[in-house]
Amino acid sequence: MRDTSVSRLLLKAINVDLQSDAALQVDISDALSERDKVKFTVHTKSSLPNFKQNEFSVVRQHEEFIWLHDSFIENEDYAGYIIPPAPPRPDFDASREKLQKLGEGEGSMTKEEFTKMKQELEAEYLAIFKKTVAMHEVFLCRVAAHPILRKDLNFHVFLEYNQDLSVRGKNKKEKLEDFFKNMVKSADGVIVSGVKDVDDFFEHERTFLLEYHNRVKDASAKSDRMTRSHKSAADDYNRIGSSLYALGTQDSTDICKFFLKVSELFDKTRKIEARVSADEDLKLSDLLKYYLRESQAAKDLLYRRSRSLVDYENANKALDKARAKNKDVLQAETSQQLCCQKFEKISESAKQELIDFKTRRVAAFRKNLVELAELELKHAKGNLQLLQNCLAVLNGDT
Amino acid sequence: MVQNLQKLCSMMTEKIFLQIINSLRAEATEEVSLDSPEREPILSSEPSPAVTPVTPTTLIAPRIESKSLSAPVIFDRSREEIEEEANGDVFDIEIGVSDPEKVGDGMNAYMAYRVTTKTSLSMFSKSEFSVKRRFSDFLGLHSKLASKYLHVGYIVPPAPEKSIVGMTKVKVGKEDSSSTEFVEKRRAALERYLQRTVKHPTLLQDPDLRQFLESSELPRAVNTQALSGAGILRMVNKAADAVNKMTIKMNESDAWFEEKQQQFENLDQQLRKLHASVEALVCHRKELSANTAAFAKSAAMLGNSEDHTALSRALSQLAEVEEKIDQLHQEQAFADFYMFSELLSDYIRLIAAVKGVFDHRMKCWQKWEDAQITLLKKRETEAKMMVANKPDKIQQAKNEIREWEAKVQQGERDFEQISKTIRKEVGRFEKERVKDFKTVIIKYLESLVQTQQQLIKYWEAFLPEAKAIA
Repeated sequence: MRDTSVSRLLLKAINVDLQSDAALQVDISDALSERDKVKFTVHTKSSLPNFKQNEFSVVRQHEEFIWLHDSFIENEDYAGYIIPPAPPRPDFDASREKLQKLGEGEGSMTKEEFTKMKQELEAEYLAIFKKTVAMHEVFLCRVAAHPILRKDLNFHVFLEYNQDLSVRGKNKKEKLEDFFKNMVKSADGVIVSGVKDVDDFFEHERTFLLEYHNRVKDASAKSDRMTRSHKSAADDYNRIGSSLYALGTQDSTDICKFFLKVSELFDKTRKIEARVSADEDLKLSDLLKYYLRESQAAKDLLYRRSRSLVDYENANKALDKARAKNKDVLQAETSQQLCCQKFEKISESAKQELIDFKTRRVAAFRKNLVELAELELKHAKGNLQLLQNCLAVLNGDT
Repeated sequence: MVQNLQKLCSMMTEKIFLQIINSLRAEATEEVSLDSPEREPILSSEPSPAVTPVTPTTLIAPRIESKSLSAPVIFDRSREEIEEEANGDVFDIEIGVSDPEKVGDGMNAYMAYRVTTKTSLSMFSKSEFSVKRRFSDFLGLHSKLASKYLHVGYIVPPAPEKSIVGMTKVKVGKEDSSSTEFVEKRRAALERYLQRTVKHPTLLQDPDLRQFLESSELPRAVNTQALSGAGILRMVNKAADAVNKMTIKMNESDAWFEEKQQQFENLDQQLRKLHASVEALVCHRKELSANTAAFAKSAAMLGNSEDHTALSRALSQLAEVEEKIDQLHQEQAFADFYMFSELLSDYIRLIAAVKGVFDHRMKCWQKWEDAQITLLKKRETEAKMMVANKPDKIQQAKNEIREWEAKVQQGERDFEQISKTIRKEVGRFEKERVKDFKTVIIKYLESLVQTQQQLIKYWEAFLPEAKAIA
């Protein structure tokens, strides 16, 4: 399945204030879904001297995005920045399963029903596909808009290198290592977070982010459930429409016309309801999910800063001890200098990053809430029109 | 009929009985679950309980002033409609079932409903009156009407189903929303049942119906209890019917009947399918309502922890909007159910009654056939006696022939009568069906319109709030 028109909806939803200037513009111009992988065509336009050409494209897969993201995380120099969250893995399993089940159950339903359901499931598949494309694109755009990250060498290789990056996905051993790393990190995070911060700004941010992250998580889950219920109800309209149609074609009395009209209504209103559900998903659920990931990235930044603060304080203590014993003083001094520099560097950039984060967040929410309200209104009005027209016809007949 | 039944009873041991029940499961249980008096839960036999004035568990406004959350009035009859009636009578009668009140305590408790009649018909002594009835009274009424009119071809509307689980919860005193819902569902169903019954011109004339509506004291209908003799007899009856249906092969001389039966068969299937889909919709809408409420709370919490003032306020507003929308969904689910879903399940049961009437015609034909066969045998016997020259036996044979000739004539008359009645009934039923569906579906669509209008109001109020985020 090919999607040549990239869904810019999600992109615009999240990247409200990203300055896409002429220096570096990245987008995903094409995507192809094969059996179990998706191939993204990453298209770059740049006037920077680093690149051989001004405009070029490469094909990348999900694992390569993850590799790029991980390389940022592991780079000490970027400890003071909010690393843009990695895009989630493309997951078509559920959708594929449904299509398969439909194929198996073909014999048990009428031709119209089968065609209807097939169209529905294909639309669902397409929607998931568009979303995953958009999420990968958002990641790249965030990197391209970041003043420091956009200069990263790995990023340039990712954009330009024509061949496969030979980045294989992590094998079992590496995944296990990751798992332990995460455990250690969260345990450490707990210890480190116990250290009270002198700086009011960061103390406030920490408290805020912790609570905010949890609540966004909850809201995201609940929004998901709500959207899914909406979709289920829309699907029911579909079946009701089909049944009414069958009734209309088989009935012998003058109620046939009536049933057929109502069946038509249900079919049309169902399309609107499905759109409502899709728009809520896009404007609300996806927004919340994204900020769930970003707030986690912000938390990670705070963690790194706290970690470096603890290291700095430990280095101070070590220096005092060394001076007292008059042993390895130079070593301790250098170590303490380094820790100090690191801590100050992180603190400085972190402050700016967090302020930017807030600005981005407020803008994104505003945009999405406004658009959500506008779309809900549009659909409700459309629905109302449909219903009133149908009622006028039905009342005119009887 | 009784002969057949006795034969069946003596033939069947308990084991075979159960086997037949199981093998007829596809037919029997579906019919049993949707036919009224045949669904026999276990009620305790009780002495007439003391009617202590108990505070009613729910006070639902009487039918005439319909509030938004009680089941809708679907049978408003205009003057013109009434005057359309075939026999030209002015059918001015309105029935309401209201004020469910719990009487008694524990497992002996029951719900009493107020049945109000407003009418200008002269057969009633007053123009407006009301009585208190309990559920088994309704079942008793149906039972009487069915036994009088079904077998001659009248489509007697079925009474609402019994429900052990629902009723037990109410008895035990659980005053939660599910038992309130159950009582309301039942009240609405009883009302629709009575309204359909009085619409039937023949049934309206019946003294039992009049007594039900008018008299303050009604003898308790005991035959509706599960393990009573009558209950078991009914179960056996049903099994016997099912067996018989399979063995009767009728020479249908009238294509109309065959056509109609097929049509009703198709209609039945389609309605069941539609009903299943509508039930799913009700379920999903309730789910949507619950999930919207949960999201509203979550959004409020998020708004609280958001440190940007304007955004925080907007999120709280969003939470409020979603809460209101949750209410909307609940009300819509209500409408989905009481208008659409219940209409369909009523008609599924009505069609079962129609099928029953067709079956009775078959049985009538069978009886006529049997009489003809017996007559033939008696004539043969007479001929044999003539040959054997036994004068007293010949006289006996002649008497029997006369007897069976009369029976054959009666059988033919009965068959023609029931066929005529069924034609008329089916015509009336079809007209009613068309009217019913149109009225209810239009009302349902109007409920959908209301929901959309409310949605527009809510989102229009929210939009400026979202835009105000600076």
